[in-house]
Amino acid sequence: MSSLPGLFNYWIVIMLMMTGFYIVISRGNLIKKVIGLNIFQISVFLLYISMGKVAGGTAPIKPAKSFESGSALQTFTNPLPSVLILTAIVVGVATTAMALALIVRIHEAYGTIEEDEILDMDQET
Amino acid sequence: MEQHVPVLVIITPLIAAPLCVLIRHRRLVFAFSLLVCWATFVMTALLLARVLETGVIRYELGGWLPPWGIEYRVDALSAFVMLFVAGIGAVVATYAPHSITREIPSKRHYLFFTQYLLCLAGLLGITITGDLFNLFVFLEISSLSSYALISLGKSRRSLTAAFQYLVMGTIGATFVLIGIGLMYMMTGTLNMADMAERLTGTVAINGQLLVVNETRTALVAFAFLSVGISIKMALFPLHLWLPNAYTFAPSVVTAFLAATATKVSVYILLRFVFTVFGSDLSFTKLPLDLPLMVLSLFGILIASATAIFQSNIKRMLAFSSVAQIGYIVLGISFVSVTGLTGGIVHLFNHALIKGGLFLAMGCLALRLGSVELEALRGMGQRMPLTMFAWLLGGLGLIGVPLTAGFVSKWYFISAALENGWWPVAVLVLVSSLLALVYVWRVVEVAYFQPPLERQSEIREAPIAMLIPTYALIGASILFGIWTPLSAGVASHAAEILFEGMP
Repeated sequence: MSSLPGLFNYWIVIMLMMTGFYIVISRGNLIKKVIGLNIFQISVFLLYISMGKVAGGTAPIKPAKSFESGSALQTFTNPLPSVLILTAIVVGVATTAMALALIVRIHEAYGTIEEDEILDMDQET
Repeated sequence: MEQHVPVLVIITPLIAAPLCVLIRHRRLVFAFSLLVCWATFVMTALLLARVLETGVIRYELGGWLPPWGIEYRVDALSAFVMLFVAGIGAVVATYAPHSITREIPSKRHYLFFTQYLLCLAGLLGITITGDLFNLFVFLEISSLSSYALISLGKSRRSLTAAFQYLVMGTIGATFVLIGIGLMYMMTGTLNMADMAERLTGTVAINGQLLVVNETRTALVAFAFLSVGISIKMALFPLHLWLPNAYTFAPSVVTAFLAATATKVSVYILLRFVFTVFGSDLSFTKLPLDLPLMVLSLFGILIASATAIFQSNIKRMLAFSSVAQIGYIVLGISFVSVTGLTGGIVHLFNHALIKGGLFLAMGCLALRLGSVELEALRGMGQRMPLTMFAWLLGGLGLIGVPLTAGFVSKWYFISAALENGWWPVAVLVLVSSLLALVYVWRVVEVAYFQPPLERQSEIREAPIAMLIPTYALIGASILFGIWTPLSAGVASHAAEILFEGMP
């Protein structure tokens, strides 16, 4: 379990998380910041979905009657984290939409979406 | 009907928000939102009365039993926080029309009220829910609507302020989501009470039997949660989003958010630290009290000192808010019932004081079109009622006796002395002097300098704005003298939080 390949998903999660976080901090372009924020959020989605996986489990769909007697399909992955993440994805989409709408208005007001140029313009006034 | 009050408190504003979009008509939307806000306030008052009478109220959403279904759980702390959030929501909504007429284009007024009600629903939802994921969803509802509210500001800098807050806020909320996920991983539940129980159980890892809340996963979850919540509540040094957001948002929005949003985030911290993880883990096994105390003291002193040098009064009050969050967290870090009572009562007192102050700022902005210190010259004569309200609020910030601020400071200082930490008590007093300096700067300009020539036409703010302003400021004086509702309930709530301690 604690071996490196066993925790493969979690390594990906951490990598994506740090990538996204780094983009948010280091990039001055507001669109790139939003992309970084998205990558950051998506890493958390992966974290949730990975933890719901039950070894040998199949998709949590109620089997048709003919299958019910067969025991092969009786192990399911935990559906709850996936459901939670469905909600979190919606939240993420809303956040992205909000951020992009703000960027459109910032572009209208400042004529640029580079953070340093915006800061310079704010300093002048 | 009556047993459904816990869910109606949330559903009423939540459903009213999209209805506002359908109504669209400016005056109708205002009348409708006002009705909704006051109805919500009455319901929270009913809840508090019932909680104080009968103890914890539980409500199972859709009849699904916890821990499977989502449970709404109202105890003294949540009912108290809900009461003042809804109360300030109602008062600020009453105040809103004149102020937004000046600051927000009239075709966007219905959107303002939509966002306002959504934000209110989100904040109340955070306080009432007993389910961790539900808490995250409500956190995002209130955050997203507050980004939109801030971006309604007149200056284009409100857009960048909202964007900055969005980035910081989303990182904070995602940290909270990571924390919740890691805890779900360890316990397999999302219900707060159930999780608290399972966290003290044991788990076998690599053949070793460990208490769940001592596993590394639970500790990492705790770290993510504390940092995430600290961003949302603007604990120094994670407060960078706050000054710009408060300065450039419309006056009404600033008053509402300053009085409620950061307070509700403090509530989340209290819930996690005391109810979910338990004060034993947070303060005995982990030294959470130490960083909280150091950061809050730095926050109080640095933010108060920064406030002194601001020429924009809204920005000055925003830095003062960072300092006040410091006081509240300081109260928590004493790890005693007295300190925690101080923290909780200061949530309430500061909400009233700062809400009232920002409403007075809104009156000034309405008449002056500016919130720069220079513009306030002679306003003590031109707008005597507004400036007097500001003065009373300022006295509350300093913590002068007979104001609500004094009650909180009294608790902080007695808690410090109880623990024998007299240097902390001294620092609290020193920081009050800093508050005196920044409040005095405004009072001096407003009362002892002649008005500018070009401002000889300035009149007093309309009565419809003064009444809500005085309602909050008056309440902050009232609760400085009469404390059973504020300090009484707060100490009751603090005792309940500490009961979890073995």
